[in-house]
Amino acid sequence: MARAVTPRRKAFSTAAAWTIGLLLFFPILWTILTSFKTEAEAIASPPSFLFFDWTTENYGVVQERSNYMRFLWNSVIIAGGSTILGIIVAVPAAWSMAFVPSARTKDILLWMLSTKMLPAVGVLYPIYLIFIELGILDTRIGLVVVLMLINLPIIVWMLYTYFREIPGEILEAARMDGAALWQEITSVLAPMAVPGIASTLLLNFILAWNEAFWTLNLTAATAAPLTAFIASYSSPEGLFFAKLSAASTMAIAPILILGWFSQKQLVRGLTFGAVK
Amino acid sequence: MATQHSRSAARIMMAPAVTLLLGWMLVPLILTLYFSFADYRPLRGVFEPWIGFDNYVRFWNSSAFVESVITTLVLVGSVLVITVTLGILLAMLLNEPIWGQGIVRILVISPFFVMPTVSALVWKNMMMDPVNGVFSHVFRFFGASPHDWLVETPLLSIIIIVAWQWLPFATLILLTAIQSLDSEQLEAAEIDGAPPLKRFWFLILPHLGRAITIVVLIQTIFLLSIFAEIFVTTQGSFGTRTLAYLVFQRVLESQNVGLGSAGGIYAVILANIVAIFLMRIVGKNLDA
Amino acid sequence: MKLKHALYGATALTLVAGSAHADAHATTLTIATVNNGDMVRMQGLTDDFTAENPDITLEWVTLEENVLRQRVTQDIATNGGQFDVMTIGMYETPIWAAQGWLVPLDDLGEEYDAGDILPAMRAGLSYEDTLYAAPFYGESSMVMYRTDLFEEAGIEMPKQPTWEFIADAARQLTDKDAEQYGICLRGKAGWGENMAFITTVANSFGARWFDEDWNAQLDSPEWKEAVTFYNDLMTDAGPPGAATNGFNENLNLFQQGKCGMWIDATVAASFVTNPDDSTVADKVGFALAPNTGKGKNANWLWAWALGIPAGSDSPDAAKKFIAWATSKDYIEMVAEKEGWANVPPGARTSLYENPEYQKVPFAEMTLESINIADPGNPTVDDVPYVGIQYVAIPEWQGIGTTAGQEFSAMLAGQQSVDETLAKVQEMVNEEMEAAGYR
Repeated sequence: MARAVTPRRKAFSTAAAWTIGLLLFFPILWTILTSFKTEAEAIASPPSFLFFDWTTENYGVVQERSNYMRFLWNSVIIAGGSTILGIIVAVPAAWSMAFVPSARTKDILLWMLSTKMLPAVGVLYPIYLIFIELGILDTRIGLVVVLMLINLPIIVWMLYTYFREIPGEILEAARMDGAALWQEITSVLAPMAVPGIASTLLLNFILAWNEAFWTLNLTAATAAPLTAFIASYSSPEGLFFAKLSAASTMAIAPILILGWFSQKQLVRGLTFGAVK
Repeated sequence: MATQHSRSAARIMMAPAVTLLLGWMLVPLILTLYFSFADYRPLRGVFEPWIGFDNYVRFWNSSAFVESVITTLVLVGSVLVITVTLGILLAMLLNEPIWGQGIVRILVISPFFVMPTVSALVWKNMMMDPVNGVFSHVFRFFGASPHDWLVETPLLSIIIIVAWQWLPFATLILLTAIQSLDSEQLEAAEIDGAPPLKRFWFLILPHLGRAITIVVLIQTIFLLSIFAEIFVTTQGSFGTRTLAYLVFQRVLESQNVGLGSAGGIYAVILANIVAIFLMRIVGKNLDA
Repeated sequence: MKLKHALYGATALTLVAGSAHADAHATTLTIATVNNGDMVRMQGLTDDFTAENPDITLEWVTLEENVLRQRVTQDIATNGGQFDVMTIGMYETPIWAAQGWLVPLDDLGEEYDAGDILPAMRAGLSYEDTLYAAPFYGESSMVMYRTDLFEEAGIEMPKQPTWEFIADAARQLTDKDAEQYGICLRGKAGWGENMAFITTVANSFGARWFDEDWNAQLDSPEWKEAVTFYNDLMTDAGPPGAATNGFNENLNLFQQGKCGMWIDATVAASFVTNPDDSTVADKVGFALAPNTGKGKNANWLWAWALGIPAGSDSPDAAKKFIAWATSKDYIEMVAEKEGWANVPPGARTSLYENPEYQKVPFAEMTLESINIADPGNPTVDDVPYVGIQYVAIPEWQGIGTTAGQEFSAMLAGQQSVDETLAKVQEMVNEEMEAAGYR
């Protein structure tokens, strides 16, 4: 049931969409290109777009200055760990909100979201002191917990909206068959919920990966992720555009590639029950 | 339909999430409240547990306070307006049949994956730099003299950066919503000769109401606590100091924890006012 | 199957225990440092240290200056113990030492020769005559100028210029159409950026931040004269976007040959004369920072130094590292590998007595600039504080940053000199009252 579209209209839409798409993508593209220039070419005026001597020396310099792999690995562990932990805590909560709703369900949901409005800078001191007390400063586990808590409301909400779309009758039927609660979840709900959980995982992985306040303030060396890696390049020392670009590219490349490959899931997931 | 049994089971299943969030909210909040009534300045070794409302009065009366609240609201409001408006237009465009849709969608979504620190750095140095930025090159190409973005139009610059980061998010949610719109209905309207503007106003926009609310709600939550973008670009100068940034300056730069904590409480109050305002609208929309 | 699991478990346990065991012997030092050229170079040379001390592993946390300050201050004020060595400056050292947060460095060993540290540096990094941070490099500020442009214009730079001379020369050398600017000065907001510079200008015009009873003096005629001078000069002869130019931005401009003069840190001399990075390497001359004949030059004193927080688990290993990084041997090692012009300057007397180093074109002017700077007596009139380009009180970071933003906004043309000074005056008094000085 495709809409009839004149070729002219399609050509026009295509041109417009590509122009806007390229404009939005341009800063990223420009950064990636600059990362392959020499410092001198990076400040050349007018700048060359593609026809310059491609070099990878900036990546070498950046790697020499900081051990990229360790930062990357920490980012993976922290973002992955907090997301998985968050899902484990959120699934039961979202399940019960979706299938055993009470008068207060909506209030609880909104209250959960409102905890995200606590300004991080305002509570840094207390959290820092608590972390010292618990001895978890600069540990991955500490960050995993904090990032899990930060993103938990979003996870619960996303899962809740998915679960709500699962028809209740199916559960009723399962219950009639005498399925226990746990079986209900694993054998009936889980298969239907997998796509929803997958996109929740994805979105929260991205949010945790990009979180820049807590990850920077609660780490030093051992647990420092890519957000800390980039913090050593945020001020120039002489000519630095190409090196900055290389460091930036290294910091965003993993998540960008992950995002590109899974954009279908992500797009499907980003509904928050917005679609009726 | 829910039995007593399943009710209590539900309660147990909610318990971990609710307890954790309650702890995450209350413990720091109570400590912050405690500090906000104290004269706590670690660099001087001063800690006096009770000085009444001094910090609150001082923070309220400081010349920067009102300004920072206004800056915060302008920043959040502008970004919301820009992302929602452009998001709707872009979503409608992406909903049209076009060649290379998959690639265009990847291009549009990409800014969302860039961490805030990096996007601030990239915009500051690669785009908006008055000497070597791409914008300056473009201006020069057209014979205009380069514009010093972060000095001459600092707040606008930060709004552009933040809007760039959040436009993909808005677009995607709105796109999913548009895709779910009954295309037969649209076609019928088109055949009936309803002009595009009318179709948009009476058919599409009402359908998007819920999606827009979600975009506004989620973005507001993130935008109220925006930090990295300001820290990297202007460090709060030229009237870009938001309330969150002012609190940061008090607590971390001046190391006046008591005063900063009072500011933090004000920020919580502001967030709650905005939240109540939002919840009113969202709550209504979520019922549907 | 079960056995296999048990085996895995046991292996994992041994691994954990093993690594914990190894940790007990090997010491890991976490070092917080700033991302500037000299520090990054040091990171590259640490093999020399770890070869001698195989039981010490070094972990680097390299951060941009503002982030570094925030992180280390936060950590030391809460006794977080995340770092074993911190890179701090002359401003932090005496304040933190007074709180008992730093480990005294009076026992770095015979070989270290603490007496060799330049007296001005030593004084600035001590509290009650005990050294609390060892200088990695030190700096004052001076005039760097383009000898070729001066020759062309037929002007001669005296060894001790006045502000009047500098202003005239800057206006003569400016040709905005050719992107040639007479003078590049700091405008970027920050207590370590524009405020460092503006405060030295104010000092040389006879202004001061506080009178002896801690009353802010921003409403004095001297301040107005100094700030008007700075603002006018930058408007007439400065580069565009000056309000966001800090040290690095100006360095960049000078290296590209766009500035006729640049008054900034003496360490910049080695960058602008380095032919690899600078297009004007062989055309740079040096002069003392200007004055107005009132007895104070507009030059500052600063050192990046290494200190050990009292919360460190391994102060002894940290001392070993500091003794290595700030030693004479380290300087010689850099000289051997990178040439004398690239050694960390401004820390040791022996460096300036070294005939090899005396051949470096900026060595003499650097030493002379450092020697005139007197943090204990920074202004024409008496003041209750120590510090030339800063006021060594804990509240200064906050005051300096806020004031810096106002001056930066002034330079950007958003407010007048009078408005700016009035605002800063009010803000400073507010802060000082809050801090209990008045």
